[in-house]
Amino acid sequence: MRQISMRDAINEALHLEMARDPRVIVLGEDVSGGAGGTSGQRDAAGGVFGVTKGLLPKFGEDRVIDTPISESAIIGAANGAALAGLRPVAELMFADFLGVCFDQVFNQAAKFRYMFGGKTSCPIVIRAATGAGMNMGAQHSQSMYAMVTGVPGLKVVVPSNAYDAKGLMLTAIRDDDPVIFFEHKALYPRKSAVPEGDYTLPFGEANLVREGEHVTVVAIGRMVSFAEKALDALAGDGITADLLDPRTLSPLDDETIYESLDNTGHLVIIDESPPRCSVAADIAGLVASNAFHALKAPIVQLTPPHTPVPFARELERAYVPGPQSIEAAIRKMLKESRAAS
Amino acid sequence: MSLPRDLLLRAYRQMKTIREFEERLHVEIQTGEIPGFTHLYSGQEAVAVGVCEHLSDQDWIASTHRGHGHCIAKGCDVEGMMLEIYGRREGLCKGKGGSMHIADMTKGMLGANAIVGGGPPIAVGAGIACKIAKRGNVSVAFGGDGSANQGTVFEAMNLAVVLRAPVIFVFENNGYSEHTGASYAVGSGDIAGRARGFGMPAETCDGSDFFAVYDAMAKLLKAARAGGGPATLEAKTTRFFGHFEGDPMLYRAKDEVARHREQMDCLRIFRDRVGKEGWLQSAELDAIDAEVMALIDSSVTKSRAAAPPSAADLLTDVYVSY
Repeated sequence: MRQISMRDAINEALHLEMARDPRVIVLGEDVSGGAGGTSGQRDAAGGVFGVTKGLLPKFGEDRVIDTPISESAIIGAANGAALAGLRPVAELMFADFLGVCFDQVFNQAAKFRYMFGGKTSCPIVIRAATGAGMNMGAQHSQSMYAMVTGVPGLKVVVPSNAYDAKGLMLTAIRDDDPVIFFEHKALYPRKSAVPEGDYTLPFGEANLVREGEHVTVVAIGRMVSFAEKALDALAGDGITADLLDPRTLSPLDDETIYESLDNTGHLVIIDESPPRCSVAADIAGLVASNAFHALKAPIVQLTPPHTPVPFARELERAYVPGPQSIEAAIRKMLKESRAAS
Repeated sequence: MSLPRDLLLRAYRQMKTIREFEERLHVEIQTGEIPGFTHLYSGQEAVAVGVCEHLSDQDWIASTHRGHGHCIAKGCDVEGMMLEIYGRREGLCKGKGGSMHIADMTKGMLGANAIVGGGPPIAVGAGIACKIAKRGNVSVAFGGDGSANQGTVFEAMNLAVVLRAPVIFVFENNGYSEHTGASYAVGSGDIAGRARGFGMPAETCDGSDFFAVYDAMAKLLKAARAGGGPATLEAKTTRFFGHFEGDPMLYRAKDEVARHREQMDCLRIFRDRVGKEGWLQSAELDAIDAEVMALIDSSVTKSRAAAPPSAADLLTDVYVSY
């Protein structure tokens, strides 16, 4: 099968769904780009990461809307358009800009349906580039998915590869609830096999990336590929793992984690967001409450430290969990577990 | 009437320093040694310097993602800035901030800011502190035409009017918010007019002319320092590079930057004016050029060789105490 990048996979999903459903609109800063420019060239950006390239020429200015830099208005307008019957895909550019428009996300979009007694729905998708690794500094590199995962009414997607991203995006746009779709910047150019046509992946269903017997590794987003590298290194020593990619953090497929733990008894969670009130902490709490007796060792949560994302290359490398720290954490856990038993 | 010689010489030195700092970064970024994303200020120097030449270390500024010019104009250490942009331990922010987060409170520099519209409310707070201290100090909020469309900026402008806080909102209208033209994104196209709508005086000036910026700012500042409340300056300017380094600028006419470098180069306009008026000699400006080039050169050399932060630095500076 052809290999395409995660950038192109999401772009393809947007093309497919805009063609299929005339209610889908795309809006955000520079989603096309070039409006009001002196070259006369539209689609001059296609999103700052190129994810929305080509939508404007195909679907026109009514449905592909370049906005000023006005995050509250972008997300608020998406909310209003959704209440009025459209299915907006709003681009926030960097996930950090949730800080500018958080009212529209967590007081408005998340709560309409409940507050209004189930009489409406708010089918928006908020696309946001997430994560560290490109030295973009403290305000352009955060992993903020835990913050929205904790808000009832929001759904949260963090794809780890191109194939999942396409199927999850099609599901997200067709979903009747507000969905925050976190796209890791470092994964945009990463290619994997992606079918050309229409396919969806269900929310709340973890992907068993590989099967093993000694440890259950739960990894989120970019951490999945790092975990795979770590497991490749461990395979030489006969250490194997169930590697689970939750794909959606809300809803979360916790059952699959418990089932895996019944076999392995060891849990390592790898999360790119800071440790306190993180998704790692949430999963650890769920496992402690619901699958405690399956555990043969304390749960390991591998996250960055409790600091903002630093700028300097050396500091950012030390901040983000990587294949080596994952490998070391798994070795240490299994060694201590053997010593204790 | 001529400005004092020492002011003219300093203003030229500051503008030249910003220009060469940015032009050199444009070259050095291509070597791959500089981490992250960098937004260059070349072309807008007359605005930062025309504004900041009126300010002391006790006056405040809040800057933007395109902040190097504001930092230099406000007196931040040039070598410390270069070290920071290279992500070095001796950088102004210990390599933790980078290009978009340079700050120096001892110089009244509240920080560059990677959030469009993040700075103006902060500038209002500093303006409130100035008002309480009653020493005639002011706060300046720099922003671009893009920031003129952020709700946070409107809230800040209204709050400053309500509180009669001594804040000058300086909008550098360089024609583009990222890859989108101001003629599309700024409804009405009249940022100064918006400010008047909030009930504050507003001036528009040619941002490529140091003297136009300096004079407009003088007028607005006089009232603000005397307790007259906030004001707005909209400076029409241009950027000589893309939104960020690496931006192919498909949205700009192919000859636009060359044309603007020809017609809107604030350094050339300044030199022509002071020469024609007989205020400064070419030779003394050339001497400044040479000194600036040496400073930038030594800053780059030092930054390349400087040590990165240590692993332990990752964990410090999160809290004052914890």
